[in-house]
Amino acid sequence: MLGKLTWQAIPFNEPPAMAASGMIVVGIIAILALITRKGWWPYLWREWLTSVDHKRIGVMYVILALVLLLRGFSDAIMMRTQLAMAAGGASGYLPPEHYDQIFSAHGTIMIFFMAMPFVIGLMNFVVPLQLGVRDVAFPVLNSVSFWLTAAGALLVNVSLMVGEFARTGWLAYPPLSELAYSPGVGVDYYLWSLQISGLGTLLAGINMVTTILKLRAPGMTYMRMPVFCWTALCSCMLIVAAFPVLTATFGMLLLDRYAGMHFFTNTGGGNFMMYVNLIWVWGHPEVYILVLPAFGIFSEVVATFSGKQLFGYRSMVLATLAICVLSFMVWLHHFFTMGAGADVNAVFGIMSMIIAIPTGVKLFNWLFTMFRGRIRFEVPVLWSLGFMVTFVMGGLTGVLLAVPPANFILHDSLFLVAHFHNVIIGAVVFGVMAGYDYWFPKAFGFTLHRGLGRVSFWCWFVGFYLAFFPLYAVGLLGMTRRMQHYADLSWQPYMMVAEGGAVVILCGILATILQLVVSIRTRERRRDLSGDPWNGRTLEWSTASPPPVYNFAVMPQVESLDAFWATKQRAAAKAPEQYPAIEVPRNSPNGFLTAFFAVVSGFALIWHIWWLAILGVAGALTILVAFGWMQRTPVEVSGEQLAADERARRSGLVPV
Amino acid sequence: MSRAEGVLDPQGPIAAADREILFNATVIMLVVVIPVILLTLAFAWWYRASNTRAAYTPDWAHSGRIEFVVWSIPAMVVLLLAAVAWTGSHDLDPARALASKVKPLRIEVVALDWKWLFIYPDLRVATLNQLTVPTGVPLQFELTSANVMNAFWVPQLGSQISTMPGMTTHLNLLAEHSGDFPGLSANFSGEGFSDMRFVVHAVPAAAFSSWLAVTQAQGAALDAGAYSQLARSGADVSIRDYGRVERGLFERIQHDTSGTPAHSMEQ
Amino acid sequence: MSAQVGVAQLGAPEPARAGSGAGPAPVRIVVGYGFWIFLLSDIILFSALFATYAVLHDQTAGGPSGHELFELRHAGIETLCLLFSSYTCGLAILAIERRRLWAFYLCGALTLLLGATFLGLELSEFIALVARGAGPSRSAFLSAFFSLVGLHGAHVTVGLLWLIFLVAQTAYRGPLDYVRRRLLCFSLFWHALDIIWVALLTMVYLMGAR
Repeated sequence: MLGKLTWQAIPFNEPPAMAASGMIVVGIIAILALITRKGWWPYLWREWLTSVDHKRIGVMYVILALVLLLRGFSDAIMMRTQLAMAAGGASGYLPPEHYDQIFSAHGTIMIFFMAMPFVIGLMNFVVPLQLGVRDVAFPVLNSVSFWLTAAGALLVNVSLMVGEFARTGWLAYPPLSELAYSPGVGVDYYLWSLQISGLGTLLAGINMVTTILKLRAPGMTYMRMPVFCWTALCSCMLIVAAFPVLTATFGMLLLDRYAGMHFFTNTGGGNFMMYVNLIWVWGHPEVYILVLPAFGIFSEVVATFSGKQLFGYRSMVLATLAICVLSFMVWLHHFFTMGAGADVNAVFGIMSMIIAIPTGVKLFNWLFTMFRGRIRFEVPVLWSLGFMVTFVMGGLTGVLLAVPPANFILHDSLFLVAHFHNVIIGAVVFGVMAGYDYWFPKAFGFTLHRGLGRVSFWCWFVGFYLAFFPLYAVGLLGMTRRMQHYADLSWQPYMMVAEGGAVVILCGILATILQLVVSIRTRERRRDLSGDPWNGRTLEWSTASPPPVYNFAVMPQVESLDAFWATKQRAAAKAPEQYPAIEVPRNSPNGFLTAFFAVVSGFALIWHIWWLAILGVAGALTILVAFGWMQRTPVEVSGEQLAADERARRSGLVPV
Repeated sequence: MSRAEGVLDPQGPIAAADREILFNATVIMLVVVIPVILLTLAFAWWYRASNTRAAYTPDWAHSGRIEFVVWSIPAMVVLLLAAVAWTGSHDLDPARALASKVKPLRIEVVALDWKWLFIYPDLRVATLNQLTVPTGVPLQFELTSANVMNAFWVPQLGSQISTMPGMTTHLNLLAEHSGDFPGLSANFSGEGFSDMRFVVHAVPAAAFSSWLAVTQAQGAALDAGAYSQLARSGADVSIRDYGRVERGLFERIQHDTSGTPAHSMEQ
Repeated sequence: MSAQVGVAQLGAPEPARAGSGAGPAPVRIVVGYGFWIFLLSDIILFSALFATYAVLHDQTAGGPSGHELFELRHAGIETLCLLFSSYTCGLAILAIERRRLWAFYLCGALTLLLGATFLGLELSEFIALVARGAGPSRSAFLSAFFSLVGLHGAHVTVGLLWLIFLVAQTAYRGPLDYVRRRLLCFSLFWHALDIIWVALLTMVYLMGAR
């Protein structure tokens, strides 16, 4: 009746898991109770859960990312604490069956449910505004994408309370992830969560590519698009090209586990090296999916706060496109040690180095944007400078690892772990934090508290070096990754410094949370009434903060790069006399309901509750058919309403 | 176990060559990286908004000459490193036999859940978790895994190589000096992974011969039955010597990869 | 301004400008383009399975190989059904654009019939294979075969269900703009499945039967 699900699935006999689950459950109930008591459900349902507005959806993505940052980071600090303790004969406080789940969950959550949503959320919020249009190409699909991602995140967290998570690392290589060696539900939680959220991501990628290529304000040719839109375009083209490979690969592993097939098994002729190849054909573009928008954020921030046009625009565009194409040609550098032979290894190594060229070009272009500029040290600039210094070191170790003989002595050691955290934290985390601070006033109408923003940056910056540079050292000393305990006592001091670094980063995260709370409480002092708190250059700053649901009352006519800057220089903005009525898409519960059924189906499939799985899938299909059948009329915004909103914006009043 | 220095303390020619490439590549890149970091900090400080002495050219955003330099520098660095990568990949290909007048010693390696079995096929002995080798003799490894993917890594001797069920990988190393060098698995393989340690016990040729003689005389038998018991026994860090090893054991292990997992995992 | 019933207007029509500065594209182009990008992603999904098939096609684990299992005549009939259904699909789209509803229903029905025949033939092949012990869990080759061909068959199934839905919607609401856009997307989908089938036929059946 209930498949494999029994009461034993709940970890009653494991205090840490019960404590964590308990906290999460209590927290969720508390939040739901608060919402109910305050009567916020109608508002939430109408304005957020069923919203198809790209700005609302972008904000929800970022909220999801920040919440999952807390979960992913708590996994990290548990790992660091374990390794600081488990030296010599000591076994630490986390037995392998827990530790193995924790490091697997850490990687999975940080990549798929923190970094991806953050980046996609920022792209969602900003790109239509920068393009001077009203929304993305497919607003309802946008909502579906978000809710599917949230569904995947929910399933991963349910594994903490009911059952277990994968114990295979974040990429779940077979044969370890096959049924013979992972008979529990952990790998199934991993696979179904990521299939569901992967679908959401793919749809988001398709949406954004179509938007950028087919929906831009009149006059905005390709070479007048902001650089952030170029990087969003390339990142989303990578999503469209890479995520189907992930879906196919996970699909095959699922078929092995559920239907006894032999794609990657040891018996029946299966070949797990195929999995390794396919997963990295996805995996390498994935890191560029994350880093390209971060580069775009830095381009916007550095140019705006230097009061200067971005240096070498064409070069930046060319470099971005080059990175996009090259990212598909390097995947083997993730497994040089699998024995592909000297020629193959050398070719992939060289291709990997070639990618460093356009990346280096970008760095120089940012340098020369600062050159002869007037740099204002707002918080986003701190993150950008921190990035430029940190990422360069991560890039060095990356190119080092791309040389096969160097890779042979460092592969899968903590040196590797330090390298990829160096580039992901240095570029992606610093980038999204810069973007968060930079675009927060546009989203909410007030800037964030500057002092706490600085505290957060310095804690992250110092904490990063303390946490990860010891890992470079201990990797060179011969410590491999994913160890739950180690014999060599001389490694322990490094682990303790790393633990200290993790604590400092924790302070940075707490500072960000405090910054948000304090900023909300004191928001009247930092109201953004002009819509342009940073003296910006691109079109999003020409709207009110927050922009009305339709973004632009009249679509702007674009005549050059940095369209808004040009408008300001000419002092050319003149109010039109009459505003023709426009239409905006109506809200839809499609996304929320589809995701609900996705969670039900996913959970049912994981636990082999076949009747429930059929119901869940049937439910999702019913939603699809029902909403496809219904006529959805758009909402009209009258000319008078537009005129009133525009008058309010120009006079510096916050629009209702 | 002796204090180890890892990959920065090579005890054999492969490790030494690997380390040299590591150093060279790092130095080449630091030539660019250090100035970039300094320039970043310098520009950020000099062109701060409060510094009115600094020039301000808000519309200057293009320079062909700078672009040329900016594309060329990374390109030249990459060209140099590409040459290093090409020659290094070929010279240090793990499967490439070492140039030596001495006849190589063949060693077959099996990664089990969670211990290491070393078979000397020509000498018909085997050891668990300790690899005794003579110094100055090229070691020709053939490696496989009993059921899941692992990786054989002795940091002080050089390159690591994956061990994979149903397949054989090849590695060539040499220990130049005597000593005890720690080895481990560098690819996560499950619950007992952290205990998958072994020691490479490099000794002079004479000491190796006497060890061999003792082992052949007194070591336990390793036949199919003993092997399958070994495979099922889970994590094990003990050191054992086997004196009578069945012929073709390695080939049989490699072909039969439907190996039962060594432990029962709870759901 | 007259509202487009059923779907929000995403961009107001703008004076014509050259090239990429022309402003937001009309809805029909946006929808078609987005669907085309989706189809490209779907082709990549198939490519991953094609690649896997290429690697695993000779891993028969002592079991039957393609040479023993594949009947080219059977595959040939399936191919004819599918190719003809593409033709009738094209006719159906032409008919709806010209508002010739009865021609549309006829061609739609033919497309459905031919597609269903294809599916029936494919299912019978699968059942026969399983019955003789050559199911997907027999060997890596068969896993790859069943999943590659099966994924294509699943797409055909979804396509046919979609076609039924769209024909019903046309009957109920008439050939409105958004209904015709969806039919256009369906026809793109259907033709793409044809192309994938040709690749499949070549790589799996023709090359495997030798």
